[in-house]
Amino acid sequence: MALVEIRDVHKSFGDVEVLKGITLDVEKGDIVTIIGRSGSGKSTLLRCINALETINGGEIRIEGERIAADMPNLRQLRQRVGIVFQAFNLFPHLTVERNITLAPVLTGKIAKDKARDLARDVLARVGLAEKIDAWPEQLSGGQQQRVAIARCLAMSPHLMLFDEVTSALDPELVGEVLKVMEDMARQGMTMILVTHEMGFARTVATKLVFMHQGRVWEQGKPAELFADPRTPELRNFISSVK
Amino acid sequence: MRTFNEADLISLFSALRWTVVLVALALACGGPLALLLALMRSSRLAPLRWLAAGVLQLVQGVPLLGLLMFFYFGMPVFLGIEVPSLVAVGVAFTAYTAVFLGEIWRGGIEAVKQTQWEAAACLGLTRWQQFRYVVGPQAFRMALPPTVGFLVQLIKNTSLASVVGFVELARAGQMASAATFQPLLVYSVVAAIYFTLCLPLTVWSRKLEARLNGAR
Amino acid sequence: MTLNFSQLWRYDDLLLHGALLTLLLTVIAAVAGTLIGVCGAVLVRGGPRPVRWAIRGYIEVIRNTPALIQLFIIFFVLPSLGLRLPPFEAAAVALSIYFGAYAIEIIRAGLDAIPRAQLEAGECLGLTRWQVFRHIVFLPALRTIYPSFTSQFVLLLLGTSLASQVSAEELFHTGGFIDSRTFRSFEVYAVVCAIYFALVMAFKLVFAGLQRLMFRWPVRR
Repeated sequence: MALVEIRDVHKSFGDVEVLKGITLDVEKGDIVTIIGRSGSGKSTLLRCINALETINGGEIRIEGERIAADMPNLRQLRQRVGIVFQAFNLFPHLTVERNITLAPVLTGKIAKDKARDLARDVLARVGLAEKIDAWPEQLSGGQQQRVAIARCLAMSPHLMLFDEVTSALDPELVGEVLKVMEDMARQGMTMILVTHEMGFARTVATKLVFMHQGRVWEQGKPAELFADPRTPELRNFISSVK
Repeated sequence: MRTFNEADLISLFSALRWTVVLVALALACGGPLALLLALMRSSRLAPLRWLAAGVLQLVQGVPLLGLLMFFYFGMPVFLGIEVPSLVAVGVAFTAYTAVFLGEIWRGGIEAVKQTQWEAAACLGLTRWQQFRYVVGPQAFRMALPPTVGFLVQLIKNTSLASVVGFVELARAGQMASAATFQPLLVYSVVAAIYFTLCLPLTVWSRKLEARLNGAR
Repeated sequence: MTLNFSQLWRYDDLLLHGALLTLLLTVIAAVAGTLIGVCGAVLVRGGPRPVRWAIRGYIEVIRNTPALIQLFIIFFVLPSLGLRLPPFEAAAVALSIYFGAYAIEIIRAGLDAIPRAQLEAGECLGLTRWQVFRHIVFLPALRTIYPSFTSQFVLLLLGTSLASQVSAEELFHTGGFIDSRTFRSFEVYAVVCAIYFALVMAFKLVFAGLQRLMFRWPVRR
């Protein structure tokens, strides 16, 4: 059984069908990179996996459990699935430490007196141990995004979703975030990313998914797809982003 | 005792004239003062800023009712002569308008970026020309919605002039109520008149506000 | 004419009493009005359509008619509904209804200003709706509405003086009483104004202090 099973998923916004029957498996330990032009439905698919969007047809299972926006144990599910957003979405009124420990403490994952240790721990993993008492607004974009990743890690998720996490960053700050993600990949975290970073897709990902017009157009090993795209759409896409 | 009739209605509407006169007076006298206060508060001279801030704190720190009493009873004390109640009431509303509009307009001026002053200065304009031709028009756009909003406050608050016996709409309502013993009916009519006067302004202010936010 | 304040000092305890009643009236109307504001804001954003219309109507009527007339109407309406309230209580009801209309608008704006992404981020961490509100929405929303809410509070404090017009006992009414005893009208109202001014300044200081205490996180400008 795959960690994530996506079966014939449809999603519409009003009259516009954004996802037209997506089927995809993600195994434990997979690093899946979803690429494609804007409007191809990549981010929507990611948001469906976390039930931020309600799907109109098909089904998504995580660890065998069917996902729906109205499922009773949605919160337990979300504690196992971390998501990092393009716009960081740190809580501006909480220090870095409280941003990280808020959810683990409130959901009873960890005792209050152990919280600071946990924060220190995950911050060390993203290389920001010294920022534990800073406010989000005092950090650079790259640092904020690394804190957002740490905030997810603190929930010890089984799966992490990354929604164009480097797109809002100044070019010189992209590297530090990618490095953190590479480290996580090396430690065996299962990850699904929507990204424009072809370097990452090529070298770190175990699986590449090319989405086009709401469908999975091609998928396979990154090296093979990059070297030998089967469809003209993927060929065009690869040459346009180079 | 008699019932509320057309004659009462007519007296309400004729008293409405004085409400309008009071609003016009407050705007005509208070407006220029408000501009002065707004400019003082964005002045480069600290004492001018402090003076304007002090006047603002003072007038905004007392009830409008108190302001009315202060001038109504105070003008004879300071001037040594009795003045018509229109003058005393007019002065009180002038002060009220100057301070509240001044604050609104200062907000408008400050919403215009500092670089606009600098750009105008670089073209060799005087400080007044910078305001008149560059900053002022932009500030006006920003400040128009809350200015219209304040107009509503002003219209409503002229009802307080009734307290010192100045016969405007609210006072006429009190008199009609006393004559007819139908307070509920009379005050509902009075409220309806104010409402018809104020609602279009409120709606207009909201539209201006929406347009301003949309334009940004 | 000369100024003469000396007669006023005999009434210092009356003035103090009046000031305390003014504070009481302000606090009652502020608390009740804020409750109206919270419920109204929640309903106006997510209630059934007739309820939303009713609330909008309430807001428009209150905001587009003079508080003085509202006070008169409520003062005369309550008895016909079988509620015979003393003037002070009637004024408290009227001022609560008045403050409530403004509070709804302020609180609604505060809730609208919370970015959806903040709610999503909270949800995605597995928090309950209440936890999201309590820990993620509340303080930033409070910071957004703080300036308009506190200045509305000051306007309420000053506006309680209207209660004197239905003979409710508070500071301004006390001023009228002393005036009728001493005939030093100007002096009396100058002192009354000074007391209001002192109260306003005290509240502004407290509000500024609370602001520094509660909202310590930096914001982008």
